[in-house]
This record gives sequence, C-alpha cells and structure tokens, in this order.
Amino acid sequence: MSSTTTAAAHDEHHHGPEKGLLRWIKTTNHKDIGTLYLWFSFLMLLIGGALAMGIRAELLQPGLQLFEPQFFNQLTTMHGLIMVFGAIMPAFVGLANWLIPMMVGAPDMALPRMNNWSFWILPFAGAILISTFFMEGGAPAFGWTFYAPLSTTFAPDSTDFFIFAIHLLGFSSIMGSINIIATVLNMKAPEMRLMDMPLFVWTWLITSFLLIGAMPVLAGAVTMMLTDRNFGTAFFDATGGGDPVMFQHIFWFFGHPEVYIMILPAFGIVSHIIPTFARKPLFGYSSMVYATASIAFLSYIVWAHHMFLTGMPVAGELYFMYATMLIAVPTGVKVFNWVATMWKGSLTFETPMLWALSFVFLFTIGGFSGLMLGIAPADIQYHDTYFVVAHFHYVLVTGALWGIIAAVFYWLPKWTGKMYNETLGKVHFWWSLISVNVVFFPQHFLGLAGMPRRIPDYALQFADFNYISSIGAFSFGLSFLLFTYIVVDCIRNGKPAEARPWYSAKGLEWTLSSPAAYHSFGEPPTRAEILAESQHS
Amino acid sequence: MKLLLTLAGAITALLSSKSVLAEYTLNMTQGITDISKDIYGLHMMVFWVCVAIGVVVFGAMFFSIIAHRKSKGAKAAHFHESTTVEFLWTGIPILILIAMAIPASKTLIDIEVLDKADMTVKVTGMQWKWQYDYPEEGISFVSNLAQSSRDVIYSTPEKREAVNDDDTYLLSVDKRLVVPVDTTIRFLITSSDVIHNWWVPAFAVKQDANPGFINDAWARPTEIGTYRGQCAELCGKDHGFMPIVVDVVSKADYAEWVESMQADKVAEVASATMVWTEDDLVAKGETIYNANCSGCHQKDGSGIPGVFPAMKGSIVTNGPAADHLNIVINGNGGMPSFKMLSDSDLASVITYERRSFGNNGSVVQPSDVTSAR
Repeated sequence: MSSTTTAAAHDEHHHGPEKGLLRWIKTTNHKDIGTLYLWFSFLMLLIGGALAMGIRAELLQPGLQLFEPQFFNQLTTMHGLIMVFGAIMPAFVGLANWLIPMMVGAPDMALPRMNNWSFWILPFAGAILISTFFMEGGAPAFGWTFYAPLSTTFAPDSTDFFIFAIHLLGFSSIMGSINIIATVLNMKAPEMRLMDMPLFVWTWLITSFLLIGAMPVLAGAVTMMLTDRNFGTAFFDATGGGDPVMFQHIFWFFGHPEVYIMILPAFGIVSHIIPTFARKPLFGYSSMVYATASIAFLSYIVWAHHMFLTGMPVAGELYFMYATMLIAVPTGVKVFNWVATMWKGSLTFETPMLWALSFVFLFTIGGFSGLMLGIAPADIQYHDTYFVVAHFHYVLVTGALWGIIAAVFYWLPKWTGKMYNETLGKVHFWWSLISVNVVFFPQHFLGLAGMPRRIPDYALQFADFNYISSIGAFSFGLSFLLFTYIVVDCIRNGKPAEARPWYSAKGLEWTLSSPAAYHSFGEPPTRAEILAESQHS
Repeated sequence: MKLLLTLAGAITALLSSKSVLAEYTLNMTQGITDISKDIYGLHMMVFWVCVAIGVVVFGAMFFSIIAHRKSKGAKAAHFHESTTVEFLWTGIPILILIAMAIPASKTLIDIEVLDKADMTVKVTGMQWKWQYDYPEEGISFVSNLAQSSRDVIYSTPEKREAVNDDDTYLLSVDKRLVVPVDTTIRFLITSSDVIHNWWVPAFAVKQDANPGFINDAWARPTEIGTYRGQCAELCGKDHGFMPIVVDVVSKADYAEWVESMQADKVAEVASATMVWTEDDLVAKGETIYNANCSGCHQKDGSGIPGVFPAMKGSIVTNGPAADHLNIVINGNGGMPSFKMLSDSDLASVITYERRSFGNNGSVVQPSDVTSAR
C-alpha cells in the first residue's frame, strides 16, 4: 500500500455507496457515474459495432444479398450516430468523471446532481435513437451528417425522433462539459497551478470549451430541421428562399470541433501512458498544452474543408485549405513530443503501452491521409470515397477508440483494485491491431480507385479489397468478445493491484489506494505532493 | 506438402493471369485532362512527402522501441524539455506545408478560373438518374443505370460476371453522355430534389448538384474513350445505382451524334400527335417505368410502406387521369417532377401504371399529356 492513503482512510468514515439498483440511479458520486458512463458507452459500442458488421456483411460480395439499399443506409447512418454520440463521447466523459477529480485532488465533481442528470439522459436518448429502427419508414437513412434536404423534405417520419435524441445528447454533453470546467477550475487542489495539471485534465478542459461552443450549434441545426419539416420554414429549402449549403456550414461548424472533441482527450491519455512505460518524464509538457490549445482554436476555423465541392468561391477554398494544413503543425508537435519521450527511455511493453504506441503510429497514418485530404484540388478526387472512410476510421478507431482502450487497461487497476490478465491483454492487442488494419488499410485503395462511400453494392473491380476488408471487420468485431472477457475476468478474478501498479507512473490518482476509496481527497494534497506527482518534473 | 504445392500453384496461376491483376487498382487515376494530371501529380507529391516524414518519425520511434528497451538494460535519461527542438519541429513542418501549398494553390486557381468554354452541358441530378441538356444543340435526355445491371443486382455472382464482361456491372447506363475530344466543356450542375454529386474521375470533375442552385465545372478531355463515374453524395435509397458514363468521341463523330439526336427528337414530336394503342403504350411504358419509377415504387408496384407509395390499388393510378398526370408532370413532395420526359414517354408510363399491377385506370394518350403540361 502506498504511504499517502491517509486522505482515503479518513474518508472511509463517511457513508459508502447505497445498496442495490438505487445506488446507480440516485448516485452523485463521480466514480459511480464514471462507471455508468463507461458501461453505457461500451454497450453502445457493441450495438454500433453490430451495425458495422451488418454493413461489412452486405459489402462482403458484389450484389445485394442481405439488405435492401434503404436499410443499408439506415445501418451506415445509425452506425455513425451511435459510435460518435453513444460510444466515443460518453466513454471520454466517463473517463473524465473517474479520473479528473482524482487527478486534481478534488473530492468529487463540482456539480454532482447535474452529473447524475447528464448521465441518466443518455439511456433515454440512446433508446429513442435506436427505437427508430422499428418505426414505419425505418430509421434515419441520410448519413450521420444528415445533409438537408435529404434529412428534411425527403426523410422518414422517424427523423423527428432522431432530432429529439440529438437534442438530449447535446444537453447531456453540454452539462457534462460545464461540470468538467467547473471541477477543473474551482475544485482542483488550492496548491495546484494550471501548469501543474496533468495532460488528461488539460485536454479535457480544452475539449469542454469545444463542446460548449459546438453542441449548441448542432442543436440549432436540428431545430432548424425540425421547423423546416413541421412548421413551414425554409431554412434549407431553395424554393422558399433557403439554402441547403447553409445546413452544411452550420453542421460542420459543429462537426469539425466535434472531431477534435473525440481526439483531444485521447492525446491526453497517451501523454500519461508513454512516460510511465518509458520511465521518463513527458517531453515538452508546456508545448503539449499549447499545441492542444492551438488545435482547439484552429478546429473552429477550418469547417468548410468538408465542403470543397459545394461550389465555394476560390478565395474560400484557398483560405480553408491553408487553415486546414496549419493543423498539421501542432498535431505534428504532439507526435514529435511522444517520440522524444520514448527516446533514451527504458521501455517496457505492457498492454496499455502497446495500445498507446500503436495509437501514435496509426493516428499518424490517419493524420497523413488527413493532410492529403486537406489539399483542396486533390480532395476533388478523394471527397466522399472510401479514402475518406479509411481516413476517419484511422483517426477515430485507431485514434479515439484506441485511446479509450489504452486508458481502460492503464487505469483498470485503480478502478477495480485488481490486475487484468496480461497475457490475454497482449493477445487481444495483437488480434485487434492486425484485424483493424485489415479492415481499414485496403479502404485507401478502394477510395483511390474510385469507390464512393455509403453505397450498398459496387462494381466488380472493387470486389477483392471489399472482401478483405469485410473479413478483417468480422475478426475485429470478434476481438471485442475477448475484451469483454478480460475486463469481467479482471473485476471478478484479478489479482489485487498495488496503489501504484505501474512503476514510475506519475499522478495524484496513484497516491490513492487501489481500488480508490468511494470518497477520495477529503483533504487536498499539499504543494509537495502535487509537485512530486506532476508531469513536468 | 501437397497442400502447400496446390497453394503455390494457385498463387502462381493468380499472379500470371493478367485478367485477375487488371481487376483492381491501387492508385488514383491520372485521367485525361490537364487538370486531372495536375491533381494526380499533387496527390503523388503529398503522398511522397508523407512517406518521407513517416520514415523519419516512425524510424525514430522504432529505433527507440528496439534500442531503448528495459530488457536490453536501457537506463532512462531525464531530459524533458528543449526549446530549440520545439522551434525546429514547429518551423520545419511549416516550411514543408508552404512548399506543398504553392503548387496546390496554382492548381486550384487553374480549376476555378475558366475564361471561355467551347460548349455547355447542363447536368441535373435527380433521385436516382442524371438528366443531360445541351442547350445550344437542343438535346435533352435522361441517363439511367443500364437495365442489364439492374436485373442482376439480386442475382448470382456468375450472372453479374456475365453482365460485367459485356458492359461493366453498375457502371453502365442506358444513354451515355457524349462529348467531343479536345473541346473545353462547361458543365452546369444542379439538382431537382436532394444533393447529388456528379463525378467523373478521368475528368477530375466532382461537383455537388445542389437543388435550387447551379454550380459549374469544366473539363477539356484529350483522349477518345469511355469514362465512368458515379454519384458521390448520399442521395437516398439508390445512391449506389446512379452511374455516369461519358463517351469522348472525335469531333466528326460528335457532329454525327448531335444530328441523329436531333432527328430522333423530330420523330418523337411527330409520334406524340398520333393515337397509340393500349398495348403499344403499356409495352413502352414498362421499360420507362423500370428505368425511372421502379427504384421507389418497386418493379411490382408495391412501393415501400411509409416511404414510397404503392402503385398497386392506389387512388392515383385508379382515379382520374388528370390527377395522375399532375403528380407525374409537376411532382408532389418527395415525388420529383418528370416533365423532362417526352409526351409519348409520359403517356406510356402513366398508362402502364394505370393498366398494370391489377389497376383499372384509364388509358392516357400523348395528346393528353400535351394539353396537361
């Protein structure tokens, strides 16, 4: 046991969790709510993954075997929506709930009741979204980007339920981010300065500002859709004086910050894991903070690079191309810093490190294809092809999701007080790594050869790579069964974990016992403790 | 061992068979216009820059993974900051980006600036087909996925192979766009319903077709041949089934084609003044229905409940002909207008809808369409 468990021991005098189901419904405890978020997002990941299996099963061979085109479009749409709003975003909020109070030496989140509410909205929003599959006309089938007028005049009736679900998910995200900002700025230990904060806290703080800026814009977009559909307005209808391209401007003004919302916290996670297993302090702590802030700022002024083909004037295209290319600079700084952290370290390769290293490698590949897509003239050939599909799955699956899985393995001992099975962890890692590349790497070739995205059937020259991609997808899908087993096995049968299971791991969370007590940091850590655990020492 | 030999034999056979290798492509097409070649050049330049950066970054990473591992006795150093290297790896990427932005900007301006076109083609996207208008030549037609492909979507792989050998599966149409070689063509691109995107990779033309707005793009094809593309913006159910086929022909062949299209139009107008028999109307109407209507209302007229109304037993197909004509000619909500079809085509397809699927509506003559317009 660690020598600094006094705060935890002190807290055990207070009440523990309530018993039974009510504990989870009524809880205002950041650790309970973090757990709820993580399990919810995992369930959504499995549902979204099952839809992806359906997509890849239909694309296994040319021709239509399993689904009608309309249902195929429902699958791609719901896969995207569930993964973005149901799996990735809530998983990061869950991690924030679990980790931020422990990392800043706070007893809990600043607004615990709102915290409960922002979680408990989610299952209802998710259920409403998924229920559209069973409505007449089927689920939304206009892509996760729901471009008008396909999503307004030409959409099924269930679209109004989709709009309501998006509103609820937006409320939840906004409340979650307000809570995180309030916690970080008001609840961090009095002795902790901003530039002492761990990078996961920094990246989430910045992400929260992105959420607060972006989610209301999304709410505005779906509200305009709602009134266009039901109340006779014509925001996006040219016959009424509106403009369908305006929808895309509004959507991507949300949508581009959104992609950084899904990746910045993963940057933070990797910045914790690599120093631990390199036994060396993070290289360039302050440049990491500034790079994150630069990326966040740039993310607000590049949205129209998703719209190079909408008929933008050439000056607009030039500006958005330059601004987009600029993002490569701070992102590059991050990658270089991670490599410099490894350089001359003393590396070991436990499961979290394997996920973090492959994150750096594969995310960078996604970054390269992103740079290519940012070149406006070349985007004419890439736009809306499988090259784009490959690009955003490299940054979202082997980026965002990889970060989440790395975090689960890294902090699981702290959450459960148990160690997972290292051998199975490695098997699962290599299985996932190989299969995910079999799924997505060939999609680059498909896109360059001219296969558009979101099509249920394709010309025969695309058959071979689609077949390979589908086989990889089935294997990648199966790997999540092993992941589930490893986590459940850890909770049930894992060996007890030490307070600081990873050698030189830095961070206030490691000064707590494993598992962390229900209430931690009843008394804030001292300046000396904070400095000893900071990432820049 | 026997298994291995068989496997090796199979691989050799696979590699030596040219037809197998030719079936897939790894890279972007170079295309047949100066712009498409410029874009290919940009693509390859950025790709090689990425490869070079990748070699340096991943090289350092893997060197570290191999050389600086604890199991090899590596002791961790303690450096964790250097303003100099931070400046370097901020500055050098900026220089690389500027070097890439210069040729990219030049190509972009070349694409967007067109002084004078030799001819104009108006492209209208609609669920799920393309309409081509040559305003100066007075030619107008609709281009659908070829019936041969449509017939085998749900069929066996062998049948698709057979169609593919004859005319590319899913990348073939009933009426091709025809344009002359070495001519600057301006495309005016729009849509009559949702957003589509007209993409011909060989021309490097990919432009959104926005309802209510007209975008333009241009190409100057330099090689005679047949070039294929697809709709590149999700536009609903049959987004995957609205291909584009362009024949780039010699100027003489083009002139001949224009003449024959104009002659067809004269014959078409003449036929619309005649009175047709019901059998003739239904026979012609079936072809038009399968190409234009079956995507939504289904080949058997059953529709898709909640999305696309059924033809079978509908009050429109069994009710007054005037209402039926009005909906087909002018559209209604999600139903697009089909006024671009000729009078005899409309009369045929409406009669087919009213007399098939067990319906009992009246016969509609081309002259009825003329007066209903």
